[in-house]
Amino acid sequence: MVDITPADGIPPAEVAEVELYHPHSWWTKYVFSQDAKVIAIQYSATATGIGLVALVLSWLMRLQLGFPGTFDFITPEAYYQFITMHGMIMVIYLLTALFLGGFGNYLIPLMVGARDMVFPYVNMLSYWIYLLAVLVLVSSFFAPGGPTGAGWTLYPPQAIMSGTPGGQDWGIILMLSSLILFIIGFTMGGLNYVVTVLQGRTRGMTMMRLPLTVWGIFTATVMALLAFPALFVASVMMLLDRVLGTSFFMPAISEMGEQLPHNGGSPILFQHLFWFFGHPEVYIVALPAFGIVSDLISTHARKNIFGYRMMVWAIVGIGALSFVVWAHHMYVSGMHPYFGFFFATTTLIIAIPTAIKVYNWVLTLWRGDIHLTIPMLFALAFIVTFVNGGLTGLFLGNVVVDVPLSDTMFVVAHFHMVMGVAPILVVFGAIYHWYPKATGRMLNETLGRFHFWVTFLGAYLIFFPMHYLGLMGVPRRYAELTDMTIMTESAHHLNSFISIMAFIVGFAQMVFLFNLIWSIRHGREAGGNPWRATTLEWQTPQTPPAHGNFGKDLPIVYRWAYDYSVPGAKEDFIPQNMPGSFGPSREPA
Amino acid sequence: MAETLTHIGQTEPRPTGWEGIAADWSSDQRAFKNVSWGKAMMWIFLLSDTFIFGCFLLSYMTARISTRVPWPNPSEVFALRIGGSDIPLILIAIMTFVLISSSGTMAMAVNFGYRRDRRKTAILMLLTAALGATFVGMQAFEWTKLITEGVRPWGNPWGAAQFGSSFFMITGFHGTHVTIGVIFLIIVARKVWRGDFDTGRRGFFTSRTGRYENVEIMGLYWHFVDLVWVFIFAFFYLW
Repeated sequence: MVDITPADGIPPAEVAEVELYHPHSWWTKYVFSQDAKVIAIQYSATATGIGLVALVLSWLMRLQLGFPGTFDFITPEAYYQFITMHGMIMVIYLLTALFLGGFGNYLIPLMVGARDMVFPYVNMLSYWIYLLAVLVLVSSFFAPGGPTGAGWTLYPPQAIMSGTPGGQDWGIILMLSSLILFIIGFTMGGLNYVVTVLQGRTRGMTMMRLPLTVWGIFTATVMALLAFPALFVASVMMLLDRVLGTSFFMPAISEMGEQLPHNGGSPILFQHLFWFFGHPEVYIVALPAFGIVSDLISTHARKNIFGYRMMVWAIVGIGALSFVVWAHHMYVSGMHPYFGFFFATTTLIIAIPTAIKVYNWVLTLWRGDIHLTIPMLFALAFIVTFVNGGLTGLFLGNVVVDVPLSDTMFVVAHFHMVMGVAPILVVFGAIYHWYPKATGRMLNETLGRFHFWVTFLGAYLIFFPMHYLGLMGVPRRYAELTDMTIMTESAHHLNSFISIMAFIVGFAQMVFLFNLIWSIRHGREAGGNPWRATTLEWQTPQTPPAHGNFGKDLPIVYRWAYDYSVPGAKEDFIPQNMPGSFGPSREPA
Repeated sequence: MAETLTHIGQTEPRPTGWEGIAADWSSDQRAFKNVSWGKAMMWIFLLSDTFIFGCFLLSYMTARISTRVPWPNPSEVFALRIGGSDIPLILIAIMTFVLISSSGTMAMAVNFGYRRDRRKTAILMLLTAALGATFVGMQAFEWTKLITEGVRPWGNPWGAAQFGSSFFMITGFHGTHVTIGVIFLIIVARKVWRGDFDTGRRGFFTSRTGRYENVEIMGLYWHFVDLVWVFIFAFFYLW
């Protein structure tokens, strides 16, 4: 007990303030920093760096698909390596790390009103182990035989056989080692995020006053802590299969007429473990996006989020449901039809909380004072894209429709729309929204609008035609489609068109990166609260916030995060730390 | 009765049961009242670790029920020849006894820690560590014995190759947990012995002060590792 005088109806502080580690040198301030904000930027920069590698890989794939036979250096083996590394990097090393390590670290302590994460030292270790994981991953590009080409799902037995690039070289070993390191590093950070939200909130900040951004990141982190163990175990077991010659996943199998030393393992077991991780992973990426987009829409439409509690329970419900749908990725693995029935049912049930969220976003916009700022444009683009990708999800969730569409470009189009483009649009929107807080300057508006329109329209021009290709039966993961009878003349033209669009959209990302760097010095001064937002991170005494976030006294929270355009208030927003005397609240009782 | 301030500043009796849980979760600052950050973090870590061990054990069970080759009989494989007769599971019985006993000494250490009895706490923690090290030592002996009899991760003389793979993987992963526990027990025992938790001496890495609660948090981990062993024992040796 520190403070015993209840201030304006707020209970006293329950936990004594923990003294922060104060850095003594440049190294401990900017490199081995324990400040969550510095760690967040380190995470984001590393994720962006490795994400650029994945972007270049996607260009190389599109060069091959759009203009087959033109580029000699893209052999079928290289193509598989590009596919594998592109998928793995984008899903895990970019999106997961950026949403949880980047946005989680930056926003959680600020939004819940904490000085820092609860264990800053462990938080710092989390980043350095993540960096190590990334370096191990990158090293596989330079290893003999190159990176693994097993596909991002790394299905055995092919993943560790000599016919697959990296299967009997270093590629798969480095990939699995990197995943194991990533999971260890993530666990260190993830424990911090969860405990900070549960136990480290400021006075007056109840769980039901948390901004939805925090709810999204929090739920995703809990899910990650329960889903990554399955990937960890699968990676360890496959590593043993590859290095020690065990047969967890390897059945009796012969290769090039030669019997391999394996016997009696179950490749399906790997699929179960992988997808028990893999499906929650989709929502680990999506839930932070849901949360962030809710806050972007509410702030830039100057209106309270519609159905806050329903939004919270939808996030939690989606998180829970996502643990019982994993086998919908395995309809063609030969499982019992009743299982297919069960998993199709659970899969389609997820549409309910997801639809609640979409309706509530739309109803938040309804009669709002919509400002078409760049974050808002990205948020609107997200809603459209997510609905699009979600609808094709209904197709693929049904067994009878999925079976013929399985392993076609339709699947590629679906998951790129729903868990590639949609979350990335939110990442961009969030960066345009919080960049002023992190740097004190706005991103350039003209470049930003150019970036938005090219990315948004371009993404549709890339992925919409892919649905048609998939319905025609064009398979995914094929390096060479030239001689297939289903590949008509027009399908080839479509492929070339998609490739050209991919280069253009990729180029727009370079403009965005230039904007990020250029605006640090040349951007317009932002001030402390350029969007006139209510949440605590905009109420810090300094911008960017200093170490410890809130100056001498921690803020006290008197209201929810969505008091926009409250009738009778002087301004169209009332920050969370303004007492009741400052204006009425629309917080649900 | 414990009293609490509600969000409107009134003092009223703190509700119990489900109402109490609802009240705690809808309160500000902390969802788990009277639970420190460190303890909360350890519990959540253990939940995550449970999923790791759960996946390991489920994978082992899948391998075992789906293999078409006979599974080696644990009673024979894990028997020791003592005084001319094979005693099934004798080594593993002793190992289990040692590890369960170490949970008892750990619980006593926690008790004496809260009584601020530095000497007894440190001694009991070191005793726990010694029992843990004994466990790992006996496990090394068991591994050596099996290896000399021809058990390898990729095969064994008696049946399904997955026997050796699962055995080395799961006991190895558990043994790593015990070893890490022993190291941290020694570190925390040293801090207790030196009186760090009384003098407020800061940690070398974290530069934070510790409390006697750290002994209890250490104990949570240790009891968890013991509990996991009970499941490994049941599913691997008794099945």
